[in-house]
Amino acid sequence: MKKIKLITLVTLALTAALGITSCGGGAPATETGSTSAGVYRTIDEIKESGEINIGVFSDKHPFGYVDENSEYQGYDVYFAKRIGEDLGVKVNFVSTEAANRIEYLKTGKVDVVLANFTVTPERAEEVDFALPYMNVSLGVVSPESKPVTSLDDWNADDEMIVISGTTAETYLTQNYPNIKLQKYDTYANAKSALENGSAAAWANDNTEVIAYSLSTTGYTVGIPTLGSKDTIAPAVSKGNESVLNWLNDEITSLGEEKFFHADYEATLADTYGLDYEEELVIEGGAAAE
Amino acid sequence: MPDLGLDVLFKGKNMIRLLGGLWVAVRISLIAVAISIPLGILLGIVMTSKNPIVKVITRVYLEFVRIMPQLVLLFIVFFGATSALGINISGELSSIIVFTVWGTAEMSDLVRGALISIPKHQYESAAALTLTPSQTYLYVIIPQTVRRLVPLSINLITRMIKTTSLILMIGVVEVLKVAQQIIEANRMSSPNAAFGVYLTVLLMYFIICWPISMLAKRLEKKWG
Repeated sequence: MKKIKLITLVTLALTAALGITSCGGGAPATETGSTSAGVYRTIDEIKESGEINIGVFSDKHPFGYVDENSEYQGYDVYFAKRIGEDLGVKVNFVSTEAANRIEYLKTGKVDVVLANFTVTPERAEEVDFALPYMNVSLGVVSPESKPVTSLDDWNADDEMIVISGTTAETYLTQNYPNIKLQKYDTYANAKSALENGSAAAWANDNTEVIAYSLSTTGYTVGIPTLGSKDTIAPAVSKGNESVLNWLNDEITSLGEEKFFHADYEATLADTYGLDYEEELVIEGGAAAE
Repeated sequence: MPDLGLDVLFKGKNMIRLLGGLWVAVRISLIAVAISIPLGILLGIVMTSKNPIVKVITRVYLEFVRIMPQLVLLFIVFFGATSALGINISGELSSIIVFTVWGTAEMSDLVRGALISIPKHQYESAAALTLTPSQTYLYVIIPQTVRRLVPLSINLITRMIKTTSLILMIGVVEVLKVAQQIIEANRMSSPNAAFGVYLTVLLMYFIICWPISMLAKRLEKKWG
């Protein structure tokens, strides 16, 4: 008797739970059409309120981080501050995580996300991306004495270091199945493996390997771009044409004064050096290729 | 001694920022505790009711809050309330709401358990001594219940303090988030900082939670 009661109760609770979650997931889709004005703010509403909410990372040095004086800094933040200046409003930085960036836009809790947001077709179905302002791809770092500049004539005995779960691992497994991989869980372990000479090279996001080669003597980035070239762009709530168009115009006009080069030099040059500026920066929203 | 990167804690305002983050976590959990303990006691008493409707409603509430991970509850309140109802609740208020709802549920179950654990003969003996029902509660049942409740509710309070580490997912910058910010901002200059900074955070949680459990021990001894 007691058991049956418990089962009915659990079922009831689960139905209630499902009801709420499906409601949470389904509502925005139906609501964006009818009450679009409620979900996000237009550029005029932002100007009127005197404040813009911009979602940035607070722990991704050097793109978006908080320095020791509690100030937001970095490549994304530099751009965010300029947006605030040009709109004539105060910038309200919201600390976002990789996992909740889309949700912040879907609920209109931020007006723009500038959090190292890589453009992908899946994400583009849920948010609208403006013109890109940075390139990302994979890179390979190797010892200067024996640089790896191509993966096509890979020596069967050599191994490649990757960090488990990164795009580098997926890319190499799919496209170069003959390369033996040495997998590590953390950045620190991968780093010491390369320094101990246990593998021929290390593949990772190109920004990571560039930063590594610059901070460690004796290593060079033989392959600075590998695999598909992705871009990083600001994102706004789906359908927010007003802010999207303003951002696109802003990025285009900032191209004339080489704004993103200045941004790179102010925020990224310390980490990535000036050699890779042209590889990484996209000016005026025009991708290099 | 290995380099733990503790020097990053003394850069700029880092230590004050960490303590500020700790205060955010403690403030949110203490407000939630202060609201959920009285509510939980009331609800726990209601839960001992024989009325089947009351039983089903309270049971559904309790099971629902227990089954849902706290992170999901936080997302439902923070994002769900905005997308479904159009109400914009700040991250900190969402956290207080979720921790209160959760704390009340857990507390009510503890109270219910403590109340029904008092043997029936205690009520009967009190009645035989011609105590009225309210006198029975005041002099016989409540003192025994409280004694059983103290260690359990202290355990709940420390659990609530520690669970605040989830609220960084809804944009509240508490101690753990500040720690991650400090580690990442110094990733290139002191790559080993993670260990030292997390160790400091561990000590901070300990310094907050340890006196609370010591207090519980003392109360238990005093009343035991």
